[in-house]
Order: sequence, then structure tokens, then C-alpha cells
Amino acid sequence: MNYNDERYFVDSDTLSPEALARKHRIETDPSARSNHMEYMKGMEVIKSDIHDKVMNHVDSVDFSKYTARDVLAALDHHTCTVEDFKALLSPAAAPYLEKMAQRAKLETSKHFGNTVYFFTPLYIANYCENYCVYCGFNCYNKIKRMQLTMEQIEHEMKVIADSGMEEVLILTGESRAKSSVEYIGEACKIAHKYFRMVGVEVYPMNTDEYKYLHECGVDYVTVFQETYDKVRYEQLHLLGHKRIYPYRFDSQERALMGGMRGCGFSALLGLSDFRKDALASALHVFYLQKKYPHAEMSLSCPRLRPIVNNDKINPLDVHEKELCQVLCAYRIFMPFVGITVSSRESKEFRNGIVKIAATKVSAGVSTGVGDHEEKYKKDECKPRTTEENARAAVTGGNAAATESEEAGGDEQFEINDSRSFDTMYKDISGEGLQPVLNDYLYV
Amino acid sequence: MENDKLVLGGHEFNSRFILGSGKYSLKLIEAAVQYAGAEIITCAVRRANTKEHENILDYIPKSATLLPNTSGARNADEAVRIARLARELGCGDFVKIEIMRDSKYLLPDNYETIKATEILAKEGFVVLPYMHADLNVARDLVNAGAAAVMPLAAPIGSNRGLSAKDFIQILIDEIELPIIVDAGIGKPSQACEAMEMGAAAVMANTALATAGDLPRMAAAFKSAIEAGRNAYLSGMGRVLVRGAAASDPLTGFLRD
Repeated sequence: MNYNDERYFVDSDTLSPEALARKHRIETDPSARSNHMEYMKGMEVIKSDIHDKVMNHVDSVDFSKYTARDVLAALDHHTCTVEDFKALLSPAAAPYLEKMAQRAKLETSKHFGNTVYFFTPLYIANYCENYCVYCGFNCYNKIKRMQLTMEQIEHEMKVIADSGMEEVLILTGESRAKSSVEYIGEACKIAHKYFRMVGVEVYPMNTDEYKYLHECGVDYVTVFQETYDKVRYEQLHLLGHKRIYPYRFDSQERALMGGMRGCGFSALLGLSDFRKDALASALHVFYLQKKYPHAEMSLSCPRLRPIVNNDKINPLDVHEKELCQVLCAYRIFMPFVGITVSSRESKEFRNGIVKIAATKVSAGVSTGVGDHEEKYKKDECKPRTTEENARAAVTGGNAAATESEEAGGDEQFEINDSRSFDTMYKDISGEGLQPVLNDYLYV
Repeated sequence: MENDKLVLGGHEFNSRFILGSGKYSLKLIEAAVQYAGAEIITCAVRRANTKEHENILDYIPKSATLLPNTSGARNADEAVRIARLARELGCGDFVKIEIMRDSKYLLPDNYETIKATEILAKEGFVVLPYMHADLNVARDLVNAGAAAVMPLAAPIGSNRGLSAKDFIQILIDEIELPIIVDAGIGKPSQACEAMEMGAAAVMANTALATAGDLPRMAAAFKSAIEAGRNAYLSGMGRVLVRGAAASDPLTGFLRD
């Protein structure tokens, strides 16, 4: 497949000629880039066989060999084997999407009933040292950077908590220099006062750092591998700590070794072969769960979205039907796993998928830094006006981001479902489902 | 039948249906109380909200006995801490011990369960431990001070019925405490079968929560449990193990 990575590259008018030349060189010349498989100084190396177990399947899979018969057999089996799972991810399964959805719904209802869990993400900083070409926070993207103070964090959390939300996910851009482990830890201590469940989605850390965050009240660590395809990984993550593929891969295991209760996984669908990335994500969970059976695991399924300054980014061949197929396959393969569908997807998709496979949704979402108060005062989270939509279309940017410049830092990506917590609560209830705000106890 | 009470830690109950936790909704609790006659309702402490939004504790009628469980505990220490927290929250002295070191099947850890039972029973809790049907473990739970023993019928949420039937029967036959069949009961006929075997009560959740018509399914469970209990109390008729009964007695040749 021709990925046309040119579409990712955007030059800022504020870069010096030298900086621009360096940027162009690392974009176009692989020899100018560091070895993405070599650990950087300070990165902990753990002994683990998970990567090899996962990639043995991924490297050898041939999705074209599966037939309708394999798909029907997989759907007929009482439990789903890895081979069955591969068949369900294959193109041969596409005509059986409705059957897959029926089976997925059954498995979801057996394990989760009609419940849907809610959480809110809170971005406390958007500084980033990485150059991941598809990400709005990348270090070359000219956006408004911001880091909340502890007072601001407490204020934001109070606003969110007052809405009734019990679970928060704290996010930063990936900058150890700007957002130190201690800074994140202090933010988590505040979060622990206001929320029953505190998760983080920050840069990968060493085991002792995860242990420290756990002591600060965190029990859930989410790290997206983005793509498990090492060649594509190297082409898309050009600078920074994130460039080191194996260190990122072992993040969840280090988090569990550090005492965390659970962890989240995902590939960003659209960066590479989505079937292989979906297979790898699920097997990453599958094998780690075997090794750490007490751990609570969850899978997300983000697709590429436009970012500030680049509206050409899209999820390529992963349309809603393909995404639904992946989610149904996840559910049938691992009925016990939480599945999160983010606000990257539309209201209609999220309303539909929670009835089939998803068990967790974000609500009242801002992917910018420090603007929950404004969002929570309104019935909806910054609905775009016609004028804003028109401006976004002309500039290719995110109109909401322009608005947020006055209040806080720019957004990581453009969200699609802007429903507030209250609206989401009503909508999910209206679908005959039971919103759940807390299913967690820090012990 | 009026004197046929379920007795747990000195507390008497008329109903032998206990609503499990897991899948909660106001409609489910209403149906369980109104149509299934549930007097005991399980509540996962981990699901209790700290804020105003639809707290599950608010759903449970005052007349019902709350049975907080220790779901989320991975060892005895965590179960003990959750039980104490439940008591502080005003959930009373009943506690169902659930200790799982496995997030995939949610199977109970018998060893840790015995340890937690002993600690909590000494602290005055009415302890109902969720366990695998193992006679030696059940005896240890009795000695540890449990008020009942709660073997799982089948993997939780599976609706597969009495997969562990033979082993549950051994517990019923050998253990003096009430045996409450928990987890895996998928339909009223399975609940009835457990009661016919001599189980003291049945706990279910998913079977109701996922039914199309909640009140009707709740009523069906009530009838089934009562039917099974009556059959058990009536003294079950003979059940032929194999072949037909000989019309002439095999021992007819014996002389007085």
C-alpha cells in the first residue's frame, strides 16, 4: 500500500532555515534518523517474551487465506481461538458483519450486561518532544502550548467532578522536560481527591516511576503503540523518546510490574495495515493477560483524525464498517476486555457500537488544555457554528482550536462527538443502556 | 411453608432468591424485589458512587437486606479492607467475599477466601464466601466462621447452568451451613434444579438483567425457586438411574 506520507508534513513559518532543513532531512532521509529499536539512556529494559509471542502471529498472518467457511466456523465455536480471531478480522468476514455484531452483542451482554462506563479525559499539558508526523502535539506543529499549574488542575478537576463524573484520565503531551514524573504525580494526587478512578495516558515510564504514580493514586495506565508495524513505526515517529519501539511496547508490562491494576492498549488505525495492527493490539492484551491474570485490560480503537494545521489526515481504508468489524472481532475473541470508543467517532457510531461491543465512552471531551469550565457551563461541548465550520473548511484547521486559543492550549486532534456529560448520560439511557460512573475501588 | 425460612447468621428470610450484582439498573432491582420477591440484594462496593448521580445504594429499598460484596479484591487483605469500608458506609454486617486474581473468568480464589472469611467472621460480619465447589475448602470455610457457602454453578455471566452440579451436591450433602448457588444460573429451570437438589437459595443477576421482559423473568425465577424448594421439601420421588425397575423383587427368594 502506498501511504503517501507527504500529506503529514506541514512546515511552520516560525522555524529557522536551519531547523527547517533539519526537519526536511529527517522526513526524507532515513539515515538521518536514530535507530528506533535501540533503547535510549535511562530506559529500563525488562525481560519479556510478550513481544515475540505477539509478533510471531502478526508477521506470519495471511488474511487473504481465510474463507467464508472459516468465518462461519469461528462464529459457531463456543470460544474463539487465535485462528478464529484472525478469520474474523479477515476480508472474508466483511459479508458477515451483522452475524458478528449479533454474536458480539451476546458476549458483551453476558459479561457487561447493558452497562456503559463513562470517563472524561483531562489534558494538563500539550508540550511534546516527539515528532510523530500525524499528531497535533508534534514538536514541529505550530500550536499554542500550555501546561496547567496545580491550582488550575485542581480547578479543572473540581469542575469535572461537580458534574458527577467519577473517573478521569489525565493526559499530557510527551515531554519529560516540561511534564516531569513528579508534575504528573502531583496532578494525580489532586485527582485522587476528586475521583474514584484515576488513569494516565502519558509518556512511557520505568517500573519505579509507575510505582510512584500508583502511590499517587493512579491505577490504570494507557499507552498506545500506534502501529505494531516496525517499518511504518520508524517512518512515522521521527524524533524523541517515542521513536523507541520496544520501550513503548513493554510499557503496559512495566506498569503492571509497578503495581497498577490495569492497562489500556491500542493501535491508531489508519497508520498501517489495520488488520495486522488490530491483531497485534488484541494479542498484546491476550498474552499479557495470561502472564498477569489479575490485570484488568482494555482496548481502544482510535482512527486517524485531522489535526490543527493539517486537515488532510484521515483513516485511509478504515471506514466505519471496517472499524465495526474490528470491534466485533475484539469482543468475540476477548469477551472480558473493556472496549473504549473515543469522541473521535461520531455520535451515531458511538450510540450504535455501545449496543454491540463497546463498554466505555468518553463524555464532555476536550482534547485541548484547560477549558473544561467553559465546556461544562454549556449544554454541549463547543458546538461549531456555521461560521466556525466555514472557517475550518477554509483554513484547513480546527475552528474550535482557534476559539480555544484564548482560554488554553490547542487540541491534539479534532473530536467528532462533542456531547456534554449530561447529554451523553441522557442519550445512553435513552438507548436502553445503563450509564455507570464508577466500578472501581482503590485498595 | 410459612416456617420454611432461610437463616443466615441468625437473620431469617422468606425469599430464597438473592439478586447478584454486576449488571445494575433501577428496573432490575425493582423487578427483583417486586416480582422475584428478593429480600437480599448484592451490591458491589466498587460500584457505589461518591457523587449524587444515581447511586446504586439509593436504588435499593430500605426493606431489603444489603449484601455488599468485595468485588475488585485480589487477595484477602483487600477483601477485608473493602468489607470494613462497606460497614463504614452503612451497608450493615453482611458481606459476600469475592476474591479474584483472574480478570478473564472471574473465578474465586479459594485459599484467599478462607483467610478473609476467618478475619471477617471474627470481626462480627455475616460472611458469605463465593467459592469453587470443593468439599475441603467448604469445611475450612465452616471452621473459619462462614454463615453460608456459595459455590459457583458455572463461569460467571455464562448462563450455562449447573456445570458443577455433582460437586455442589456433595456440598449440600456434607455441609451443615446453607449452600447458596451463585453464578452461571441462566434460566429459571436451572434455579429450580438447584433448589430440588437441596440448595438453600439461588443467586442470579445476568439471567434477569439480560431478559427481554424483566418483571416476567423475575416472576419466573420466583416460581421456579419455590417449585424447586417445594419439591425438595416434599421428599423427591424415585429417580431411576438406569433401566426399568424389576416388577418382581430381586430379593423375593429370601426367607423370613
